[in-house]
Amino acid sequence: MKTTITVNGESRALDVDPRTTLLDALRETLHLTGTKKGCDHGQCGACTVLVNGTRINSCLSLAVMHDGDAVTTIEGVGTVEKLAPIQQAFLTEDAFQCGYCTPGQICSALGMLQEVADNWPSQETEDLMGSIRLTDDELRERMSGNICRCSAYPQIVAAIRAVSGRPA
Amino acid sequence: MRPFTFERATSTQAAVKSAAEIPNSKFIAGGTNLLDLMKLEIEHPAHLIDVGRLPLAGIEDTSEGGLRIGAMATNSHVAAHAQVRSRYPVLTQAIVAGGSGQLRNKATTGGNLMQRTRCVYFYDSTKPCNKRQPGSGCGALEGLNRNSAIFGASHACIATHPSDMAIALAALDAKVETLSPSGQVRSFAATELHRLPGETPDIETHLIPGELITAVVLPPPPKGGQVYRKVRDRASYAAGLASVAIAGGNVALGCVAHKPWRAEKAEAALASGSSSAEAIAAELSEASNNGRNRFKIDLIARLVPVAIAQANGSQI
Repeated sequence: MKTTITVNGESRALDVDPRTTLLDALRETLHLTGTKKGCDHGQCGACTVLVNGTRINSCLSLAVMHDGDAVTTIEGVGTVEKLAPIQQAFLTEDAFQCGYCTPGQICSALGMLQEVADNWPSQETEDLMGSIRLTDDELRERMSGNICRCSAYPQIVAAIRAVSGRPA
Repeated sequence: MRPFTFERATSTQAAVKSAAEIPNSKFIAGGTNLLDLMKLEIEHPAHLIDVGRLPLAGIEDTSEGGLRIGAMATNSHVAAHAQVRSRYPVLTQAIVAGGSGQLRNKATTGGNLMQRTRCVYFYDSTKPCNKRQPGSGCGALEGLNRNSAIFGASHACIATHPSDMAIALAALDAKVETLSPSGQVRSFAATELHRLPGETPDIETHLIPGELITAVVLPPPPKGGQVYRKVRDRASYAAGLASVAIAGGNVALGCVAHKPWRAEKAEAALASGSSSAEAIAAELSEASNNGRNRFKIDLIARLVPVAIAQANGSQI
């Protein structure tokens, strides 16, 4: 089925079996293998990408549902030559061991920081009418959809903390 | 995943017409639950109708002083909406208690209501499940039934409905609006959407084939406090073991039945002056259990008075 998706700023015309998930279209069809497949059931967050600026699990969405959407993957966040601040922060804070969950952690963190900037509440938000203050409890709760098997959580929190409050 | 054909709905009317005409078709909006189940081949529709782009995502005031939430409004947008936060905080609290940020960004209001049970026997296609395969039996009756129902269950099924959002909607006396293939618009209480399992747990709602949820309508909030409390095995991103939504004198329980459970006996007792402990005891007098889920009775007995006290602004 014909589907056009703007991926990292570039319009890509696809013709895919309707069963193809957005994740598989990115990895197998467009060869953007930075986005990882972990559980393939929305439980681990490794496949997190930004769709029109919002973070989602790309494994739980069909490519054909994204005709006309703009998708940002880790390849669109920064490059080896020019790391995004959050990528540098993950290096500086040693926020990974094996690195498999890292692209999803970074895309999720970017989406999460925008949600905080938009004052979206979480279950840690006590005053629903106030301005969100990104405490560590808030940060951890908002990142709970991203699992790190190496358990680098303290460093991941530190890396996100390092870029929070300024443009990532 | 089994093969299927895919259609991008061009209008709400066209969507319900297709759904009525094409055998074994299903609507897809966010897809977070349906695609998970399709990968496991628990769901295997022949045709998917993508309703996610239909103009049903608006959230607007009603002339009655309530709020109309379009079926395609995402869970995240509903939870963050200023009117929901200020006037229906129990709904915001319930939504953010469910799933993860990524899931709530994709999941829709209509899809949340239509999500299916997390009963382990429903998910395990090597085990009997009357909901997945009618007539095969219920593995949970004498099996891993820790998260099974304590109200309204049958010998055919003791599964629970997993939605947090729906529990808040039940407490808020929300209505569901639908469009059927004949063009008929229906509006009915959200608590009337889901069925108890009876002999046919595979039939989960009172919707007719092809009928599409188009909106959820909240009446003005009831007088009194609101709160949603959820108990689960870990602090975040886990299905509940028990939950309760309080909205004024309304009490709805989650994770305890095949549908959101309005605790009407408890409400009547509260209205007649009983203590919250006495009120929930009245409700629990008709609870049943299958062994491993027995703890839910004690859990609800303790959870509900705490929630009521919190809703009333008391110290807890």
